[in-house]
Amino acid sequence: MTYASDVLTLARKDLRLELRARDTVPAMVLFVVASLVIFHFALPSASGDLAAYGLLWVALIFTALLGLVRGFAAEREQGLLDALVLAPVDRSTIWLAKAIAVLAFLGLAELVALPAFALFFTSVTWATVAGVALADVGICTVGTLLAAMAAASRTRELLLPLLFLPLAIPIVVGGVGASVVEDPGRYLGFLAGYDAIFAIISWASFEYVVTE
Amino acid sequence: MSTSLRSNPAVTAASLALVLLGTAIGLIFFFTPEDVDQGISQKIFYIHVPIALTAYACFGWGAWKALLHLWKRAPGADLESYVAIHQGVIFGALTLLTGSIWAKASWDHWWVWSSRQLVLFLVLFLFYAAYFMLRFSVEPGPARANLSAVYALFGVALIPVSFLAIRLAQDFVHPVVFKSSGPAMTGSMFATFCVAWAGMLALAATFYHVELAGKRLDTHVRELRALLERP
Repeated sequence: MTYASDVLTLARKDLRLELRARDTVPAMVLFVVASLVIFHFALPSASGDLAAYGLLWVALIFTALLGLVRGFAAEREQGLLDALVLAPVDRSTIWLAKAIAVLAFLGLAELVALPAFALFFTSVTWATVAGVALADVGICTVGTLLAAMAAASRTRELLLPLLFLPLAIPIVVGGVGASVVEDPGRYLGFLAGYDAIFAIISWASFEYVVTE
Repeated sequence: MSTSLRSNPAVTAASLALVLLGTAIGLIFFFTPEDVDQGISQKIFYIHVPIALTAYACFGWGAWKALLHLWKRAPGADLESYVAIHQGVIFGALTLLTGSIWAKASWDHWWVWSSRQLVLFLVLFLFYAAYFMLRFSVEPGPARANLSAVYALFGVALIPVSFLAIRLAQDFVHPVVFKSSGPAMTGSMFATFCVAWAGMLALAATFYHVELAGKRLDTHVRELRALLERP
């Protein structure tokens, strides 16, 4: 088996589990729509579209956290992670497959969230969509690694947001920048750079997170 | 473990810190000229910036030890990495404190989002506070050492990325009204700054070695106790 087919097999397992159980994606969709409704009441009428864009990014980051917290839940409940680590595959395939699965879930939630944002607040520019796509890659690569760390700790769900949010600050800067300034190129480039740097670190270090 | 004073690095570092920081304080108050714009309050620059640079050095040292742990499996590297990051967080908190005092003196606000250094340290402080949460919610052992090391490596990647992010964010969040770097330094100011910085590094090295010795002693005592309790 090659690296790519290992990743595909593992990712397909997560997607199939979700297709059967349907517990993560509907929760993320409901959460993000409910957050947008809350933001309508949190924004005084004079605050304008720019503030709404900022809050969109808050909603997306927290929705992603919801998906990431669930990321390794099935493995932990069934004690599956040890079996996966023992499997004759490169350990980083576990990380990559999980990141792809979470990316798919987050993408589905955003397919609802962005039109809902356009409906409730203001139109979504192409730069925002590009920013969201680039940010998703960063969120899922870093988030999956941190979720595996949190799954190994006693405090689990409590720990993941604490680990993740400081690392998400640059993503929010890039995303909000791409959404609100005239020339979003710099911010999109920054997000792409973030993705590259942290994807490489996560890919290289995942093995140490799941082994001793 | 060596208990001889002469070969103890903590004692060397402590004496160095005492001499350098004493000299620096003398230089700050009696040698450097007073700043034209900011007056006496500018003197905190000689404390604040060296503390900030020392915090970076501690984080960098912690990440280097973390890398050694993962790469070479160097024994004790995990503990050294933890102690370095602990010192980094202490110096980081002092950076926030001194920066806040300087902000109050210069701009009459305890917190200014326009000071990049302060914002960066707030982000790093949150990040490394989570390091302790992570470390203390995992049982001691090789798994904990690995998790801590990977997180410490994320930290050194986060420093430049956050620095860039905060620079970029100022285009739309908060314009730069004040420059925290101030005017160009004269020769005497720069020399004083360097002495203060060397003093702070020596101080950090002292704390590092003292804490490390204490932690090693703890482990040693625990091992001895386990041996005694064995029937």
